[in-house]
Amino acid sequence: MQTSVINRFYTDIHHITKATISLRATGIGNEELALVDGRLAQVVKMEGDMVTLQVFSGTEGIANDAKVSFLGTAPELEVDERLRGRFFNAFGKPLDEWPAPTGRKREIGGPPVNPVRRKQPNTPIFTGIAGIDLNNTILGGQKIPFFADPDQPYNEVMATVALRAKADKIILGGMGLSNDDLLFFKDTFRRAGVLDKIIAFVNTTEDPPVERLLVPDMVLTAAEFFAVDKDEQVLVLLTDMTLYADALSIVSNRMDQIPSKDSMPGSLYSDLARIYEKAVQFEGKGSITIIAVTTLNQGDITHAIPDNTGYITEGQLFLRKDSETGKVIIDPFRSLSRLKQLVIGKQTREDHPQIMNACIRLYADAAEARIKKENGFELTDYDIRTLAYARDYTAELLSIDVQMDMDEMLNKAWQLISKHFQPDETGIRQELVDRYWMN
Amino acid sequence: MKVRGTVQGLIANLVQVKPDGPVRQNEICYLQAGEDLLMGEIIKISGEIAFVQVYDSTRGVRIGAEVNFTGDLLEVTLGPGMLGKKYDGLQSDLDAHEGTFLLRGMRSPALDVHQKWDFRPLVQTGSMVSAGAWLGEITENGLPHKIMAPFSMEGQGKIAEIKPAGEYKAADTVAEIIMTDGRKHAVTMVSTWPSKLALKAYGRKIRPFKMLETGIRTIDTVHPMLEGGTGFIPGPFGCGKTVLQQAIAKQAKADIVVIAACGERANEVVEIFTEFPELDDPATGRKLIERTIIIANTSSMPVAAREASVYTAMTICEYYRNMGLRVLLLADSTSRWAQALREMSNRMEDLPGPDAFPMDLTATIAAFYARAGYVELTNGKQGSITFIGTVSPAGGNLKEPVTEATKKAARCFYALSQRRADSKRYPAVDPIDSYSKYLEYPEFRDYMKEHVSTRWIAHANEIKNILLRGKEAADQINILGDDGVSIDYHMQFWKSELLDFILLQQDAFDEVDMFCSVTRQEFMADLLLQICQTEYHFDHFSEVRPFFRKMINSLKQLNYAIFESPGFNRILEEVRSMAIQPAEKSI
Ligand SMILES: Nc1ncnc2c1ncn2[C@@H]1O[C@H](COP(=O)(O)OP(=O)(O)O)[C@@H](O)[C@H]1O
Ligand SMILES: [Mg+2]
Repeated sequence: MQTSVINRFYTDIHHITKATISLRATGIGNEELALVDGRLAQVVKMEGDMVTLQVFSGTEGIANDAKVSFLGTAPELEVDERLRGRFFNAFGKPLDEWPAPTGRKREIGGPPVNPVRRKQPNTPIFTGIAGIDLNNTILGGQKIPFFADPDQPYNEVMATVALRAKADKIILGGMGLSNDDLLFFKDTFRRAGVLDKIIAFVNTTEDPPVERLLVPDMVLTAAEFFAVDKDEQVLVLLTDMTLYADALSIVSNRMDQIPSKDSMPGSLYSDLARIYEKAVQFEGKGSITIIAVTTLNQGDITHAIPDNTGYITEGQLFLRKDSETGKVIIDPFRSLSRLKQLVIGKQTREDHPQIMNACIRLYADAAEARIKKENGFELTDYDIRTLAYARDYTAELLSIDVQMDMDEMLNKAWQLISKHFQPDETGIRQELVDRYWMN
Repeated sequence: MKVRGTVQGLIANLVQVKPDGPVRQNEICYLQAGEDLLMGEIIKISGEIAFVQVYDSTRGVRIGAEVNFTGDLLEVTLGPGMLGKKYDGLQSDLDAHEGTFLLRGMRSPALDVHQKWDFRPLVQTGSMVSAGAWLGEITENGLPHKIMAPFSMEGQGKIAEIKPAGEYKAADTVAEIIMTDGRKHAVTMVSTWPSKLALKAYGRKIRPFKMLETGIRTIDTVHPMLEGGTGFIPGPFGCGKTVLQQAIAKQAKADIVVIAACGERANEVVEIFTEFPELDDPATGRKLIERTIIIANTSSMPVAAREASVYTAMTICEYYRNMGLRVLLLADSTSRWAQALREMSNRMEDLPGPDAFPMDLTATIAAFYARAGYVELTNGKQGSITFIGTVSPAGGNLKEPVTEATKKAARCFYALSQRRADSKRYPAVDPIDSYSKYLEYPEFRDYMKEHVSTRWIAHANEIKNILLRGKEAADQINILGDDGVSIDYHMQFWKSELLDFILLQQDAFDEVDMFCSVTRQEFMADLLLQICQTEYHFDHFSEVRPFFRKMINSLKQLNYAIFESPGFNRILEEVRSMAIQPAEKSI
């Protein structure tokens, strides 16, 4: 980010709130950046010559005669191939001792892609995890979050997925990331020998929360550079979007906006959509895939943050611990990949859609049998079989520590239902039963 | 003299402008932002300040920037050349934009006024006509497209001139009308209409009475939608609103389908862009895209234009309806439109209503739904706009302002249930909570008796009855346990499961199952109800499930088979011998 062209400065601040300052100034553009006593700020409102600036790191200690200088541009990032392998803060300042690479300046938060210039995603990303590949196949150009309670190993799972994804670049956006997790990502990428295709923009728990509002735009500006200018397949990791949304609510509350549900700003949907919709398959080879994390409060997906996210993203991967087997799984009920039907049974084996659905339906029957059992009712033979099946299904397929390729997963699925059920209990098309049933 | 103004203040895309002359509410203006001209609309006038919502990013806009007012309201351009187009919310042709990104200030004409069309006159010199009268006709994609007398014309006028049959450009004058007061209207094939005002110019509205066939069993058989009817699909995310709506867009027996992709995912319109040019319209043999117009104002496109997009779509529908066509409008999602209203009203610091939505939300939604309907035109011909919107309730809770307001306005309610979606019972339309008020319309009952089937309505009621009894039985079984209830309860429950699996559930991605013709629907309803009316005898409750499971399995195969094909008939025989035969065979 350019901070050298200081063209105008002022020292007469009129009004200071927790997040903003106001002063008289002229010739200022909306969303222009400024330095307030050395802290980065952005124009959010103008009324006549009264300009209101949001100070990203907060206004603690700012004097009303502090020096305010306007920088003449909205936030920018200099994009270049040499971004790779580097870790930056939310403003694009390197976290290491080397200078930031110079390159073409791009305003962050740029315009949306013309929908007619998008291509329908059609390249599956295989991860070896059945909860994804088998039940919720994800594609290049898709946007999908993990929904997880804070105690779930979401960053680990995300890193695993990232490493298997065969992307040209992996761009990590850390928002409120703990130092331990930052080190975990660095270490994992280093050990996998992929550091040279990683770029990270990180706001840690030690940084002011409002600064993290810049992280997704920084990440996606870099992503667009590689995907559009360089025709690369870019994988973007955003963790944790709940903390991003919390920062939005801090700002809007401080600016006295009327909150809507869960004290989130009324514009939460649009704010999140602006970010997630950057996921795209371009007409050429380039693509941006976004895998995010949205942490939940005790599994509550009706909270405004996961709720709005679910309405925007192309599905969600619900991470939870299975109480019976103790395994971490991607919950087959609440998880969904909306793009899977573009490839399953077409680029994967013909039986994929039907066997996947049958497995989940039978797993649902097991859930009902479990309720019966908990209520002390007698179980039928079918109930008992579904429960046995559910245990096998969880341990041998769903558990995220199981690694398999696609055909192995399909075979395993047939093996499990053949073991516990009769063909006419599955609702699968006869031709497929004839071909794949295992006696 | 054009009115100009200067920017006095701004917050996000709400800009305060001081005009140097008179302006009016909802007037369009253009704001100079560096090189870019940004379009905006006056949404409030207070003292000498006009509040303008700008349909674009206001990044870099400065105090004192110049604004030019147009004197016009937000208008839609109407004429031949719109079919198959992909517009943004303000009717810019997205295909005409260069480059990968939607750069600020980019606009392109809605249709090509220089394109030539084969014109045929429908009136003679000297005839008297009123607004909306059919003066001539061209053919676009096999559909007759009427050239109509100006919709804003008041009273009668005389045709002073009408061009003979031949090729004309869309912008050429093809007729001239003289009003009694001597004023003249030159009529071209292209006209405009302010989108927020209902385009009427028809004779009268009548109650819908004809079924709109969708090929989706849970709609047609159980909760039918009518031509000119209204309905909405609320449901939590992932429950199947979009899939259901796209299935309707593909299959419904309509002449024109307008899809307003309003503030939802871009990839979902890309799916339409990709599939519709490939899919056949069974009614015409042409490609589906040829009868479709898409208004794509997806979630990351400017929010203010999202609000405009539904009105753009509706106005286009009204135009085709006045040609005597059956028009279907689908909007996904109307909640995003309501949220756009909310963002703006919050920015204007209006007094908020429930959940911070504007106070007049209910009235706004009702007024919009009221633009749908079945009409008789002044020439006695009929046209219709069927409108189905999705609603995305926050937290999946139907007790929220948009759902409640829409429920008051729409006649059909297709409630998607999370539980059904979780267990992959698609379409997840809850058969018991949902309704079609049209089932009670005597004109619809009469129409069905006369034209489709004498049993259709009775079937719908019978099916709902069985489903309801099944639900009650399931509740009892859950409370008392499998052996705590009589075997009849199990049978009741499994009969409703049979209807659920075979009739309600339908695989939108299976080539055969996705569409079920009216004939096939009637056949299936007959068959299934016959099974449900059969008394079976079981000695133990544990025998009920395997029996029905097996039958459901066979009937599912039947759904996957082409109607009346040899395979179909074979499975049917199997089902019949299993089901309709006396009960001794049941084990
Ligand atoms: N009729 C159906 N048949 C099969 N799958 C369906 C059906 N309806 C929905 N689905 C599944 O549910 C997912 C979500 O549906 P969608 O319509 O996008 O939900 P919503 O618009 O309510 O968020 C789809 O991607 C698909 O996997
Ligand atoms: Mg949807």
